[in-house]
Amino acid sequence: MSVETATGTAATSAPATAHRTAQRERRLWVQILLIALVILFCIFPFYWMVTTSLKTQIVALQSPPAWIFDATTANYTEVLFADGVGYTLMNSLIVAVCTTILAVGLGCPAAYALARFEFRGKKDLWFWFITNRMVSPVVLALPFFLIVRMLGLLDTHIVLILIYLTFNLPIVIWICTDQFRSIPRDLDEAALLEGASQWRIFRSVCLPLAMPGVAVSSIFSFIFSWNELMFALVLTRTYAKTAPAMAVSFMEGYNLPYGKIMATSTLIVIPVIIFALIASKQLVRGLTMGAVK
Amino acid sequence: MSQSVKSPSMPGRVSRATLFGFLGPAVITLALIGIVPLAFAVWTSMRDYNLTKLARQKFIGFENYVTVLNDGAFWDAMGRTFTLLAIALPMQLIFGLGIALLLHKPGLGFFKTIARLSLVVPMATTYAVVGLLGQVMFNLKYGVVNQLLGFLGLGPFDWLGDPNLAFVTVIFWDVWQWTPFCALVLLAGLTTVPPEIEEAARLETKSWLTILRHVQLPFLVPGLTALLILRTADTLKLFDMVFTMTRGGPGAATEFIALLIQRVGFRAFDQGLASAQAVILLIITIVLSRLYISFFYREVHS
Repeated sequence: MSVETATGTAATSAPATAHRTAQRERRLWVQILLIALVILFCIFPFYWMVTTSLKTQIVALQSPPAWIFDATTANYTEVLFADGVGYTLMNSLIVAVCTTILAVGLGCPAAYALARFEFRGKKDLWFWFITNRMVSPVVLALPFFLIVRMLGLLDTHIVLILIYLTFNLPIVIWICTDQFRSIPRDLDEAALLEGASQWRIFRSVCLPLAMPGVAVSSIFSFIFSWNELMFALVLTRTYAKTAPAMAVSFMEGYNLPYGKIMATSTLIVIPVIIFALIASKQLVRGLTMGAVK
Repeated sequence: MSQSVKSPSMPGRVSRATLFGFLGPAVITLALIGIVPLAFAVWTSMRDYNLTKLARQKFIGFENYVTVLNDGAFWDAMGRTFTLLAIALPMQLIFGLGIALLLHKPGLGFFKTIARLSLVVPMATTYAVVGLLGQVMFNLKYGVVNQLLGFLGLGPFDWLGDPNLAFVTVIFWDVWQWTPFCALVLLAGLTTVPPEIEEAARLETKSWLTILRHVQLPFLVPGLTALLILRTADTLKLFDMVFTMTRGGPGAATEFIALLIQRVGFRAFDQGLASAQAVILLIITIVLSRLYISFFYREVHS
């Protein structure tokens, strides 16, 4: 394997140099080819989703599938205006934005306390927050459904907004605790000496410096809420139905309206991908909850 | 306890009122939406609680738990869930490591940026949409997967109709969606290797395997452990993608634990039994979370 290490320092004859350049070039091409394969593998389903959404039902049901066809946006106009997907997208937006605002509003002070204060039971509190991220939604879906039904709140936005906090609040707390810890304590101690209250230090000194963490956790909170299906399926019917639940309701009968399903899917996925690309640098850190920086 | 001493020499000591002001709202909210429903689930699990005959619900103690623990369907679903994990996770880690090493090599700056951005796409795709895409792409007649395999002289396969192939399809999507995540996490680990150490090692040997084992692997351990535990938790949660693709079928071939509980609770309406299943799943999850904490958040305890 390492035979050529020795030749490196030896007199470099012209043929040897040419040979090595050729080898390096070949390796480079292999690398380019492999990376291209990775890109293709990642992007292809997305490409297929978008192109299928531009097919009429007749083209979509061609066997074998068509790669070149006359594109039409009829599926989009139909799902948005005739089938009410626009309305469900609006519901998804309302729910995702409200739950994100609540999660940030409740989570930031808590994160600050976890990062800065010493108190008994901190360890247990931390563990409890983390467990909430791990709990399968189905565990909460059952009792939540029964309670909400008793309260007569089935099919309302507020129920989804609240239950999405079970995974958004922990995420905001983790990312922001991490962020507050990275802010040097000298700043708050100086402010404390000048007689500022803890609340003022939090709001005027630390929170502005923690804005990157707040932004990233907001993006995560939005994405997770926007993508959620199970709670939406169980807790909404028509009035508060979200877009993913709507996409599922097309799945009835024999000849599925593939074009419409893919058009709805595209409308759901596009905003998420844009947000994820914006936060792509912090994605790893956010998703591993700070375990990998 | 009554540590109301507020002095700069004791950083972090604050009055109870301040502490409550910061933590109270979040803790109370999470308790109301997280713990109260769980307590209710425990109460439900001790009852004969069927949505179709609510009038006759009565306390039956641990009977539901006994039923669940002796229920073949429950353990089958658990077995399927961990089988999926045991097959998909090693594939995600191996492919992910390969991609990470590929992108870690120097050169090709712009091209690699595109690759890194395209890795974000599978992770960001709504899980429910992945399942819908599965219906479209893996369809026996109209699916592009059978078309592409046809070019190689294979197939056609009834991906979603055959029990074994349906399981393979779920594995495929899980690998598609989470390999990029593994790649990005491991790539982040590779960049924490100090460049001078890596360069020194490259002067010593040309074998990438040796460098991986002796130089890079120690820096990958935190990421690998994080992946192991996060993927375990997410596989226990897996619902959306499978529900929109196969609804757990054909038969029960892709009925993972979350799908089983959802079916028992919302399609068979036996909330008592489903709650008992959910509580058992919760206990398993808590044990796994304890593992997580002891691996990653040691510094918080000190």
